[in-house]
Formats: sequence, C-alpha cells, structure tokens
Amino acid sequence: MDLLRFITAGSVDDGKSTLIGRLLYDTDSIKVDQLETILKQSKNKSEGEIDLALFTDGLRAEREQGITIDVAYKYFNTDKRKFIIADAPGHIQYTRNMVTGASNSDLIIILVDARQGVIEQTRRHSIIASLLAIPHVVVTVNKMDMVHYSEAVYNDIVLDYMKMAEQLNIKDVTFIPISALNGDNIVKPSANTPWYEGETLLNLLETIDIANDINHTDPRFAVQYVIRPQSEDLHDYRGYAGKVVSGVYKKGDLVTVLPEGIDSEIEAVEINGEEVDVAFAPQSAVIRLKHDIDVNRGNVIATQANMPQVSQEVEAMLCWMDTKPLTPGNKYLIQVHGKTVRCVVKEINYQLDVNTLQRHENISQANLNDIVNVTIKTASPIVFDSYESLRANGGAILIDETAFTTVAGCMLQ
Amino acid sequence: MSQFKLDYLDLLEAESIHIMREVAGQFERPALLFSGGKDSITLVQLALKAFKPGKIPFPLVHIDTGHNFPEAIKYRDEVVERTGAKLIVRNVADTIKAKGLKEQTGKFASRNALQSYTLLDTIEEFGFDACIGGARRDEEKARAKERIFSVRDEFGAWDPKRQRPELWNLYNGKIAKGENVRVFPISNWVELDVWNYIKRENIELPSIYFTHEREVLVHGEYLVAVSPFIRIDEGDVIETRRVRYRTVGDMTCTAAVESTASTIDDIVAEIHKTNISERGETRIDDQVSEAAMEDRKKNGYF
Ligand SMILES: Nc1nc2c(ncn2[C@@H]2O[C@H](COP(=O)(O)OP(=O)(O)O)[C@@H](O)[C@H]2O)c(=O)[nH]1
Repeated sequence: MDLLRFITAGSVDDGKSTLIGRLLYDTDSIKVDQLETILKQSKNKSEGEIDLALFTDGLRAEREQGITIDVAYKYFNTDKRKFIIADAPGHIQYTRNMVTGASNSDLIIILVDARQGVIEQTRRHSIIASLLAIPHVVVTVNKMDMVHYSEAVYNDIVLDYMKMAEQLNIKDVTFIPISALNGDNIVKPSANTPWYEGETLLNLLETIDIANDINHTDPRFAVQYVIRPQSEDLHDYRGYAGKVVSGVYKKGDLVTVLPEGIDSEIEAVEINGEEVDVAFAPQSAVIRLKHDIDVNRGNVIATQANMPQVSQEVEAMLCWMDTKPLTPGNKYLIQVHGKTVRCVVKEINYQLDVNTLQRHENISQANLNDIVNVTIKTASPIVFDSYESLRANGGAILIDETAFTTVAGCMLQ
Repeated sequence: MSQFKLDYLDLLEAESIHIMREVAGQFERPALLFSGGKDSITLVQLALKAFKPGKIPFPLVHIDTGHNFPEAIKYRDEVVERTGAKLIVRNVADTIKAKGLKEQTGKFASRNALQSYTLLDTIEEFGFDACIGGARRDEEKARAKERIFSVRDEFGAWDPKRQRPELWNLYNGKIAKGENVRVFPISNWVELDVWNYIKRENIELPSIYFTHEREVLVHGEYLVAVSPFIRIDEGDVIETRRVRYRTVGDMTCTAAVESTASTIDDIVAEIHKTNISERGETRIDDQVSEAAMEDRKKNGYF
C-alpha cells in the first residue's frame, strides 16, 4: 500500500464538495456519527437524503459565510492506497490556496460542469497545475446526468480541453464522465455511459503509477540538524540528519557540501541509527562523512558528478500570498529547505495572466493571488535546481522580515 | 517500476521525522507534549528514530490534570526511564490554586479546559518556542485545516485567518518574541495509521488500551470509568464490563468501549469493523457543541 496526494479544483458549484463527499461515502470512509451530524444539517434535503457536500465543510467562520476560505485536508484509504485530499476552494480569489494545495500533490482532479464545458476557470486551474508541475491531471466532466449522459457533449469538452492544454506543460491527462451526485463512474462503472470505456475515478486513483514521479537520479540531501551525542561510546560521532530530497545515497559516494563546495566521501548512510545500503528520496536519513569538515543545517550534500545550481541570483515564478503588495526593491527572507537567507526582489519581469497565459510587462507591483516572474538576489548563495526539471529541489518561500508571515511561494528557474 | 518503493507507513514516518528535525533545527527551546495517549506515544517513537544515535534533544512535557489513569502515569515514567528523555510535569491543580480558577462542576466535571492555563504558564516558565503535539487532521473538522506549524500568539490563541500557507515541505517557524508554534508531526496520519505503526514498530502501550474488566457508569451510550473524579448519583447504573480505551485522556471525559481486543491485531481488526469515529465514541466533551473544538483551540488548547 502506498500513498497518493491529490487536489481537487473546480469553480463554485461545479460539484467539488459533492465529489469529495461521494468518494468518502462510497469508500465507507464516513463514520456513523459524522454522518449523523451531516444528516442533521442536510436541512434542505428530503428525509434521509444526505448532502454529501457538507462533509467537506470546515470552520465556523465559513459556515457562517457559507464559503470555504482555506485548504482543508481529508483522508481515506482503500486496500490499495492511502489518499490525502487537499481541498482548495474554487472561488476566483483563491489562487493562493490552490497553489498551496497543489505544491504537494501528485495529481489534480479538475472538475468541469458538463453544461458549461471548458471555462476560464478550467484554464486557470490547468495553468496552475502546470506551473506547479503536478505530474498527473484528471479532468472529470461532472453533472453528466444533466446532459442526459450525452457522449457528444462529453467528446466536445474533451476536444476543447485538449486544444487548450496544448499551450500548457501538462504531461499526463485523463478524462472521465461522472455524476458526483449519482455516483456514476466514481467508484462503480456507470450503466448510463456505455460509450465510456475508461476506468472509474477511484480505480484510476488506486492504480496510477506515482513511484516514477520521484526523482532517483539527481542526489540532493538537505541537512536539517547535526547529531552529536557526545556520549562516552559515541565520542566522535557526527551525523548529518536530513532529508533525501531526490536521488540515492550510499557509502563511498564522492560528495560535495554546498554552497561552500567542500569535497568529501560518504562514510555511512544511516536510518534509525542503523547503517543501510542506500537511502533514497523521500526518506529521512543520516549521513556521515569521511572528513572532519564543517557541515551545518542549511547545507546541501550533492554528489560531485551531479551538481545543483549555487547562486546569489535567481529567477522565479512566484505566487504572491500576502495582502501587502510586492514592489521591486522589497527585502524578504527566502527559505529553501533548511536554509533561510535575506534577499531582495530586484525586479518584476512580468505578470502571468492565469486566465489567458498572457505576459504583462512593466508591472509595478504584485498583489495577493498574482503570479509573477521575478529576479531575486540573495545575501548569500542558495542551492537549488530549476523547479521544472527537479520539482523536489526547486521550491522556495518568501517570508516577511518583520511579520514573519509566508508571503510567497516560488518556483525557482 | 522503480526499485525504490516505500510503504505508506514508511512515507508517513519519513515525513514526520523530517518535521521533528525541522523543530530541532529551527527552534531554540522546543518541547514535546506528552499525555501518555497513543498519539503522543507515537511522537516519542518518531523523535527517538529522528535523532538516533543521539537522544531526543528536547524535554517531554506532561500537563497533569490529576485525573489521569494510573496506568498512563506508570507508562509515562517507564518511557522516560527507557529513553533517557527529560520529563517536565506541571499540575493543573497547582494552577487552579495559584490563579484561583473556578473548576467545572457537575457529573463529569473536567479539567480539560483548564489545562490550557497550565500549558501557557509552562510555556512561559521554560520559554518554549515550539510545542510538539499529537493532533491529527482527521480527528475533527476544525483540525482539517490546521497547519503542521501552527503559530500561536502570547495567549496561545489560534486564529484561522492568521495561519501561514504551507507549501511543499517547507515549514516557516519564524516567530516574534512571546509567540510560539504548535507543531503537529502526525497531522497526516489517521487513527488506523497510528495503530498500524504501533504494531509494526512493536511499541509497548499502557494496559488500558487492551481489554480488561472495569466498573463503569453506564451513561447513555457512554461507559465512564468509576473513579473518585466523577460524581455518582442515586439511580446511576454501575456495571462491570469488559472494556478498553481507544484514546487515553482524563478519567472524567474519556469513555471506554466494550471490547475483547487483547492484542494490537485485535484492535486493528476491531477498528476496521467499527464505524464510529474515535472522537464521537470516546470524547464526551466534544458533544457539547459542534464547534467545541474550535472554541478550545482559539483559547490555547492545542
Ligand atoms: N445534477 C447534478 N448535480 C450535482 C452534481 N454534482 C453536484 N451537484 C449539485 O451542484 C451543487 C453544487 O455542488 P457542490 O458540491 O456544493 O459544489 P462546489 O461548490 O464545487 O463544492 C449542489 O446543489 C449539488 O447537489 C451532479 O453530478 N449532478
């Protein structure tokens, strides 16, 4: 059994909450008492009928406002996989939430209302999916019951979407005609769509190959903490605890500690205090080196044969997440794995219109939910890869220097 | 097919260990809140594995309501003994006395709400900047949006609107003086994951998690252990039943479930079958209002 993280995206009323509720309900993931609470709240429904959408409802503030304001996480599992759903709201304002939820996702489900087809927000969600390099896209054409399960309607939507996706960097896309309300093609194949020969949504979620999405070729190890027991029996022990961000590590590997660029060799790779043959992404491990060199939190251990970028200047696509706008010249902290350094956003090169893919130049500031391309200069070198080529080592966040809030997510280039 | 495949428990563990190390790396004075419940027991195991062969580089903190199951206290002390971790205990009873707090009254008077005061005092006393807790997002609706690094102000309050977006696996632990962060390394685990992990890791548990005979007060659907901490009224139904606990909190507000499960395998099998969620079945205090948890979180309960 492994683990799949996915995000759902759709505009308001496309049926996202109903779909999630349906997945949870049909996989027996909703417990009796939770169901009772939902039944109690399903006021507008006739006796005994449940409003599946209510299952994803969250905090009181939003219950009062009647909207979802943030990313919520839901869990369910089948015999084959454990699933983590990032539920980001579909409201037009909330690019920030979608970017957040998408950052960790292996897959995105984009909902399209069969009556409306591909709309501006479908394009927006697809552009964000491609920016965040989500490996797999599933387009569910929902509310098929309202178009009489028409194959023609479905086919038109598929064609429209394909045409739009041509401009985007979307690698793996699958289409499924569904009715979240009635459960068609969600868990069980539907008799209403005999013309559809593909798999059900759940089946796809259970079987899609995600093991190969993890990079095991470019070794990057982010040091988080130095273990020095300084006890009698472990007097000289010095282990670098961290995360295998990508790639594989083993004893004898010739490595370089970055950004300083000091060479050494791996003496041992350990997990849970025991030496192992290899450690690979995304494992947490401890690396010991042959030489007595100064390695600290924030260092990256790479192999000499395969190096990341080390630079004080970087271009990035960035999603602005703060109400205070970004203006060129502003200073922030930039965090890349264990390293946090001061930086200045030198220039906003252009703004990306997430509805049209158009680039607007001569932009004086970026506001909440804007996606912009910027040039960042850092106070000391940072170690990274281009997000496009190595997703696991290309993400960074900007932090406000005085309020300490997270103000941007950056895809480094 | 890749040869480098991990089981879901390995993936969850790797993520949690990464978070533990972020805490040790980013904060000056972290602490791990230890209640003796299965979730905090899991945290201790993860912390041990994260820092081997070193010791856990932060103390375990127990906020003692005085209403504990004796088995849980015994277990706590054994864990400390076995791991060599540092233990700090602070008593809710002392806070009540010192601050002249008013205790709840009634049949199942609970010190759950007062725990927050002792916790905040303890945070201040030791200057803790991060407190690791065992909350999971699947426990309750209000938790589903909780961050892994959850920033609290000086009053321990949680403001849903002030929470920082969390991208990739980058955790922003920067805080102003007086603020602190609650960290939840097992956010992404569900109850069954915890049990499966305990089984896989062969972790010893307090005996009350397994079936035993106990005198209980039958209160509607709930079975509450007879103890000096609850009020027995005339006409109360008291019976001896075979029970176990799904979660270990205070004796006043944690209900037992009827069960004959005597091993972890039995428990896992039982959970597979039961269709009542953990909180609904065992936390009496959550039933009070639908937004109960949310209110407590805003008041500094972790
Ligand atoms: N007929 C029909 N209605 C649906 C379907 N899916 C959702 N709905 C309805 O569409 C409305 C909006 O659904 P909801 O899940 O709340 O949408 P959200 O805003 O995307 O979360 C609700 O009244 C649903 O009952 C479907 O497949 N068919």
